[in-house]
Amino acid sequence: MNVNQHTPMASPYGQPQPGYGQPGFAPVDGGYPAPYAPYNGPASAYQPGPPPQGPARGPPTSGAPSAPQQYSQYSHSQGDMQNGPPPMTQAPPRPAASQPYNQGAVNLSGPQPSYPQHYGPQPSMQQVTNQMTGMQITSGPPTPAGPGYDPPHSSQPPVNTAYSAAPPHSYTQAPPPASSAPTQPPAPSGPPASQQYYGGPPPPSQQPFNSSLPPTSQQQFTSHAPPLPSSQQTFPPSSYSGPAPTPSHAPAPPVSQPQQSFPPTQPPFSSAPPPNSHPAFVSGPPPPAQGSFQPRAPPPSSQPGSFPPHGSSPISMPSGQYSGPMPPQQQPPPSQLPPYHSGAPPPRVQMPPTSMAQNNHLPPGPQGPPGPPGSMQQPPPQPGIQGGYPPQQNGAFGQVRGPQPGYAGPYPGQPNYGAPAPAPAPAPAAQKRLDPDSIPSPQASDMPAVQKSRHRIDPDAIPSPIQVIEDDKAKSTEPFATGVRGQAPPLVTTNFQVKDQGNASPRFVRCTAYNMPCTADMAKQSQVPLAAVIKPLATLPPDETPPYLVDHGEGGPIRCNRCKAYMCPYMQFIEGGRRFQCGFCSCVTEVPPHYFQHLDHTGKRVDCYDRPELSLGSYEFLATVDYCKNNKIPQPPAYIFLIDVSYNAVKSGMVNIVCQELKTLLDYLPRENPEMDSVVRVGFVTYNKVLHFYNVKSSLAQPQMLVVSDVSDMFVPLLDGFLVNVNESRLVIESLLDQIPEMFAETRETETVFGPVIQAGLEALKAADCSGKLFVFHTSLPIAEAPGKLKNREDKKLIGTDKEKSLFQSQVGFYNTLAKECVAQGCCVDLFLFPNQYVDVATLGVVPVSTGGSVYKYTYFQALSDKERFLNDLRRDVQKLVGFDAVMRVRTSTGIRATDFFGSFFMSNTTDVELAGLDCDKAVTVEFKHDDKLSEETGALMQCAVLYTSCSGQRRLRVHNMAVNCCSQLADLYRNCETDTIINFFSKYAFRGLLNNPTKAVRDTLINQCAQILACYRKNCASPSSAGQLILPECMKLLPVYLNCVLKSDVLMPGADVSLDDRAYLRQLIGCMDVPESHVFFYPRLLPLTKFESGSLPVAVRDSEERLSKGGVYLLETGLHLFLWVGASAQQELLLNIFGTPSFSQIDPSLTSLPVLDNPFSQRMREIIESFRAQRSRYMKLMVVKQEDKSELIFRHFLVEDKSASGGASYVDFLCHMHKEIRQLLS
Amino acid sequence: MTSYQEFIQQNEDRDGVRFSWNLWPSSRLEATRLVVPVSCLFTPLKERPDLPPVQYEPVLCSRANCKAVLNPLCQVDFRAKIWACNFCFQRNPFPPSYAGISDVNQPAELMPQFSTIEYIVQRGPTAPLIFLYVVDTCLEEEDLQALKESLQMSLSLLPPNALVGLITFGRMVQVHELSCEGIAKSYVFRGTKDLSSKQIQEMLGLIKPAASVQQGRPPAPQDPAATCRFLQPVHRVDMNLTDLLGELQRDPWPVPQGKRPLRSTGVALTVAVGLLEGTFPNTGARVMLFIGGPPTQGPGMVVGDELKTPIRSWHDIQKDNARHLKKATKYYEAMANRSSVNGHCIDIYACALDQTGLLEMKCLSNITGGHIVMGDSFNTSLFKQTFQRVFSKDYNGDFRMAFGGVLEVKTSREVKVCGTIGPCVSLNSKGSCVSENEMGIGGTSQWKVCGLNPSTTLGIYFEVVNQHNAPIPQGGRGAIQFVTQYQHSNMQRRIRVSTIARNWADAQSQIQHIESSFDQEAAAVLMARLGVFRAESEEGPDVLRWLDRQLIRLFMFHLRRSPFLQVFNNSPDESSYYRHHFVRQDLTQSLIMIQPILYSYSFHGPPEPVLLDSSSILPDRILLMDSFFQLVIYHGETIAQWRKAGYQEMAEYENFKQLLLAPLDDAQEILQTRFPMPRYVDTEHGGSQARFLLSKVNPSQTHNNLYAWGQETGAPILTDDVSLQVFMDHLKKLAVSSST
Repeated sequence: MNVNQHTPMASPYGQPQPGYGQPGFAPVDGGYPAPYAPYNGPASAYQPGPPPQGPARGPPTSGAPSAPQQYSQYSHSQGDMQNGPPPMTQAPPRPAASQPYNQGAVNLSGPQPSYPQHYGPQPSMQQVTNQMTGMQITSGPPTPAGPGYDPPHSSQPPVNTAYSAAPPHSYTQAPPPASSAPTQPPAPSGPPASQQYYGGPPPPSQQPFNSSLPPTSQQQFTSHAPPLPSSQQTFPPSSYSGPAPTPSHAPAPPVSQPQQSFPPTQPPFSSAPPPNSHPAFVSGPPPPAQGSFQPRAPPPSSQPGSFPPHGSSPISMPSGQYSGPMPPQQQPPPSQLPPYHSGAPPPRVQMPPTSMAQNNHLPPGPQGPPGPPGSMQQPPPQPGIQGGYPPQQNGAFGQVRGPQPGYAGPYPGQPNYGAPAPAPAPAPAAQKRLDPDSIPSPQASDMPAVQKSRHRIDPDAIPSPIQVIEDDKAKSTEPFATGVRGQAPPLVTTNFQVKDQGNASPRFVRCTAYNMPCTADMAKQSQVPLAAVIKPLATLPPDETPPYLVDHGEGGPIRCNRCKAYMCPYMQFIEGGRRFQCGFCSCVTEVPPHYFQHLDHTGKRVDCYDRPELSLGSYEFLATVDYCKNNKIPQPPAYIFLIDVSYNAVKSGMVNIVCQELKTLLDYLPRENPEMDSVVRVGFVTYNKVLHFYNVKSSLAQPQMLVVSDVSDMFVPLLDGFLVNVNESRLVIESLLDQIPEMFAETRETETVFGPVIQAGLEALKAADCSGKLFVFHTSLPIAEAPGKLKNREDKKLIGTDKEKSLFQSQVGFYNTLAKECVAQGCCVDLFLFPNQYVDVATLGVVPVSTGGSVYKYTYFQALSDKERFLNDLRRDVQKLVGFDAVMRVRTSTGIRATDFFGSFFMSNTTDVELAGLDCDKAVTVEFKHDDKLSEETGALMQCAVLYTSCSGQRRLRVHNMAVNCCSQLADLYRNCETDTIINFFSKYAFRGLLNNPTKAVRDTLINQCAQILACYRKNCASPSSAGQLILPECMKLLPVYLNCVLKSDVLMPGADVSLDDRAYLRQLIGCMDVPESHVFFYPRLLPLTKFESGSLPVAVRDSEERLSKGGVYLLETGLHLFLWVGASAQQELLLNIFGTPSFSQIDPSLTSLPVLDNPFSQRMREIIESFRAQRSRYMKLMVVKQEDKSELIFRHFLVEDKSASGGASYVDFLCHMHKEIRQLLS
Repeated sequence: MTSYQEFIQQNEDRDGVRFSWNLWPSSRLEATRLVVPVSCLFTPLKERPDLPPVQYEPVLCSRANCKAVLNPLCQVDFRAKIWACNFCFQRNPFPPSYAGISDVNQPAELMPQFSTIEYIVQRGPTAPLIFLYVVDTCLEEEDLQALKESLQMSLSLLPPNALVGLITFGRMVQVHELSCEGIAKSYVFRGTKDLSSKQIQEMLGLIKPAASVQQGRPPAPQDPAATCRFLQPVHRVDMNLTDLLGELQRDPWPVPQGKRPLRSTGVALTVAVGLLEGTFPNTGARVMLFIGGPPTQGPGMVVGDELKTPIRSWHDIQKDNARHLKKATKYYEAMANRSSVNGHCIDIYACALDQTGLLEMKCLSNITGGHIVMGDSFNTSLFKQTFQRVFSKDYNGDFRMAFGGVLEVKTSREVKVCGTIGPCVSLNSKGSCVSENEMGIGGTSQWKVCGLNPSTTLGIYFEVVNQHNAPIPQGGRGAIQFVTQYQHSNMQRRIRVSTIARNWADAQSQIQHIESSFDQEAAAVLMARLGVFRAESEEGPDVLRWLDRQLIRLFMFHLRRSPFLQVFNNSPDESSYYRHHFVRQDLTQSLIMIQPILYSYSFHGPPEPVLLDSSSILPDRILLMDSFFQLVIYHGETIAQWRKAGYQEMAEYENFKQLLLAPLDDAQEILQTRFPMPRYVDTEHGGSQARFLLSKVNPSQTHNNLYAWGQETGAPILTDDVSLQVFMDHLKKLAVSSST
């Protein structure tokens, strides 16, 4: 996003220049040039850049370059304003920026097609932004930048077309704006208000913004009416909206635009924005943009689309941002700035357009209509700018274009421009912060602010995850049909429906790349991992049909004779249907007589659509006895509960809780037919240093306890009566569960064993000849004399050394052997830990991890506060559907091969993934490597077959098929990647690497690979541009930010307070995460909760402290934790609604659930929290974090875009670092 | 004292002693020539209703290696208040409490009629009786049910303060905790793993594991509550245990076709022994093992679980084909020794149609003085009544059982003790009176008899060591003192002292006297014991040869044919069982075992004992044979026909009814007192069970000489065994030839 923002910034400047006419630019340029030079040097220079804009830049006259710088500066300034710079600087810059953006981008885009060239120079603007980011790149291009920026806008128009999909929204929005335009009058007054709102952006959301937009521009925004001008303005507004969480909904579109804007921003980075943009558009960026745009966001599309054609379009993006500037152009530069910030009155006209853009973002609909005009108007001025922007389009600059989207608004492609909203989005943020401060001293402060801002990159200018997410949401309105090969599904953050048309649903299989390189060389060159994250038993939403069960009769499923692939849509029937040719190995196999069917004229079997295995991507086969262990139909599985009853366990209340809960929970054992009783049998064991088995046979009046003290050689002391049917033995079981807590209430035993506990469960399953699951509730390091005895080896001194890896390895080999035995028996182990100190999760987790089980950890468990979380986890864990004794095999078509597997399982050979248990939450990541050339024609096929025993004891095969495209052009690869999946793969890869490599080496490897991926793109797919420009592929523009999150995770970069156990726990946890969970884990969802739209969630904000408003309340979700952050100056009414108390100080920070209050706000809030919890496989305990409270430290840890306390880089810093790496690679 | 017969009877009644010779040859050489050694059968706890125990402790000789107890044979100087030990001639002052002693005021132990006297030891803690049931659950449902009922019944027979414990086993071994309420708790041990006593105690939570003990402080005093978890007073856990027994299930582990159930007898016993070792060392305790089959797994296994491999037979053993025999025997012997050290005795109640491994396990009872009871099923009166009889009470209402007995033998210097044969174990106490010549369990003058009852009888063998050239003065007497310390069933510790003396006789001049002092019955039993003892440790044929060489006496014919020496037609278990009882029963019972008694009932006269000969089997007789282990009532052919015709129901044939009842009444009388209950067989001519009788009688008529004897008498026995007639003929020849 930063990039985007930067670009927008730049573009605004550019735009302004154009808008203002060249004069503006000239001065700016002149002024900028000089500044740029300096700026170039320091990454932070950007900020400084802005200041120069006004005065300095003017002087420099370097022209284009300077302009860009200025823009960038503006952007920076804005960013700064938004981010850090509270009052003065921010306020001014923002308006300016916003205005320019809108105007520039939007306006320019329209006309710009021609501009692009002009913008060529403008690129410099982008460059400036680059410089801003720390890249010196920009320095060169400055002069052109000014004009260039405009061009981008022009370029954007074309983009718009591309964006068209998205644009519509923006357009629609646009209209409203128009209407709002009238309202603008009030807006003026609004501006200040808006600022305030910004301060509390979320709630006021759009309106506030509109009103807030001090200048008409804002009003325009609100009105949307002033499309063109608004566009510029829109940027600001949009930006506001962006920042403003509340507008989230509306923002969503904007956000998407911001993404588009990214490209622009990137351009800024790139010193040669224009060229880049062009090429980018042409080659890689554009296409991706289009692709992505269509689906996700007009924004990207707008950028790319527009850019490529116009070339200037990228610039336009910036222009969009510049749009803000644009107005300024008309006015004196400085004035521009102020206008932007304050909603510069003069530019207002233009502002309206900007607003349009913003509107697009926010209220897309309205913008549409106005947009066009606005854009039209703006375009002219912006053209030049756009030219500059084009480079941005490459993706990196997307944001810049984002602004353009705003332009797009005006344009047909406006929707895309709407996308430009991205630019706006940033703006909003800026506004928020700016508002309070900036408002007071808009113009005057601008300049200084800008200067300040130059020193750092505007976070709003770099790719924003939120923007991308929102764009994708906006784009994915249709159900996703899987029929088209190589089609990337919507993002995991998007709610969408899937229609299985021959490939597995993304809920089952997600790939890192949907267009694989044809050759190993290409793959190696790109370094993009080729992997799939497979969640074989994933739960589908109620509106999607679960896989059909196919019975092929006694002979079992029909398979290819050679490679044993199962019948699937890729099998080609030939010879009138008498034979079929395998899609994987090309071997021809006879069709068994009972399966014969005639072919129709197209060569398809007549019954093709009657048979799931011929028409769907996912289905199940009924397995025959040949597929069963020992050729015996399996017994129904059993669940065994093994409860630690040592002193700690009893004292913490765990024993009591578990026993109480089990009494009811046992009625909810998994079953496939809800009408029937579960066939799962249960057994109970308690233990400390010795084990106690219980005979709960139904014929007994009282349970019987059998103590096994011979832990060195574990065995099961009874057979009959240990595993029982719940209904039959209910009375005895209840009696037992009542008595267990009493029996051990006075225990003094503190030592525990662990190995024998699992052995006991395993032996019990062996004795009963069935598979099953062990639920182990354990408290402490097993130090009692027994196999698997452990030592406390937590040694902080080892952290950071080469020996650190040993801490992640199993302390003793015993558990590995045990795990193997468990897997052989189909014994899955779920471990619930309640440690008060070091328990060596790394070792204790070996068996769960190898058997497809889960580890749950409740450190310092206290009955009162942790009970709910534990019980919910337990309930879910017990109830969830699970398959046992599973073997997963991934077959692929000739040319690639599954080479590596990550997850919770065991492998005794190189191809079969053995899972003692496989539940609906477990994912396996599979890496593919080439072993031959792939063909573009046939693509690459994979078939994942999982043989398992269902919870009713039925042996089944679940088959998932997936076909992806193959490409001979790297650009195609980059256009069809999915960053979330890549991150999932990277994290698993890295976390496994920890076992064998020093942490630092792991981190470096990650960074290197990422740099290589991006460098390869830059080198092969992006249009040539100066080395200083950071160009990111559209699909991977979030790669740096996400990667940074991975690098900063506790596992790879532990803070001082992170225990070794925590790290080991997380490490193992991530091993089996699917993409949605890994995504939110690494980039937590941060929702502003100050105000709700009906029925939908507020738009998330970026994980940065700067995004938090003191007056707001935010919900942060990581998949493991849930925080409710309360700003220190949250309104009393708000607090009253939520907590039932008007006073901030009276909020109880130990709350774990919100009080049930009878008001819609509280209700909605609790609904949201509940819905979040329902989405995750683990229950998230709610923590209330009061601003400036001690607990805020923990909370801040999850603001992953900021610098972390443990030394993790901020997003901006990391992006710079990444850029440096890339440059090194390129040079 | 009119005859030796009476003398012997009197001695037996008073002291429980029967010597083979009642005059002792005065030199070693002469003694050796007598063939039958100077030896005795001693019944330490012979019931003496007329002998109230004295409430003080015995006065001991002060010589450290003597410590003989003051007895009527001692010389006493009432004035000096000094007594002289008759074994070592040490002069000892009386203790202060004897200050009032005088000619007319003598303590009991100085009176001749108190040659046997019992003291009650007042010192030391009294320990409760302990009964630990070790129950096999691999039984048929019916058997298990019967056993459960017997066990439940037995609870009512125990004194309320007795401690009781329960271990059950099958594939696993479960030690049941009796103290808890609510959930029935038990500790489980794997049946295949041998565990040391310490491990067992750790696992039962009786002691802290070594690790924590090492930390300087000595093992904390045992938590009485913990100790008692497994052994609780009957009155406290009566209900609990009754329920527990009631809920006992058959071993739940599936027994596949063609397999035996897995029975962890070995480990179960280890656990039982280990538990008692840890909790009640040196306290009287009775481990009662109930088994329904052979140990099939783990240490002490006797046979594998494959049914296709039959349990070892004598044939296998002779061919050295019994895989587990040596190992198992060694295992059980080690355990028996451990158990005996702590004074715990082990009973075995084995009820099964097949063998149960008594051969290997017999030492458990033999060494510790426990019972062995063998039957076909727990659901038979044989077992039920026998078991009930274990808890029989004496005239004082005390159990007829005693624990932790230590028998010490002191001899005057002309005699030394060679060893004993009986249910005891050597304490390895070497003293001056121990002979180097071992007979039976020798090399010691002290033996431990962990379980005693009034009929427990030991064979004790002596050696005359006086040299021929050192004649004993005329009128000299040899003395032997038996000191038995034991725990009475009323928890008192008691000491019974029997001091006996016999005259010396010069074999050359007084051979007639010596001959007349020979106690044929005692000698027969004593020699038989020697034979059995040898048979246990040597090959069968050698023993027979030895016996033939040693003895030329009538009953030896039957002894040779008895199951004690002859293994033909007996399983190893049966042999062990018979021998077990033979070496512990008193003289009368032993004689019955050697030569069964046969009574004949007929209209011709009152019941009369008849020859144990096939000629006694006549159609119009009813025979009652008591062979100790079997009680057979045999109806002759005619009688059987009458009975079948139902004459006994008719009033006019009341006398026939009487005749039929007569042997039944007699049998009942025998059954009343016999322990263990004999197998009671009521059969008739031609009945399959008649074999019990036919196998015992002298086959004077066989298919070989059937016609030679005429058809009117007796019943022919289809056997190739030699008849007494033939045996005697051979013997005569042999005697003559050997004398030449």
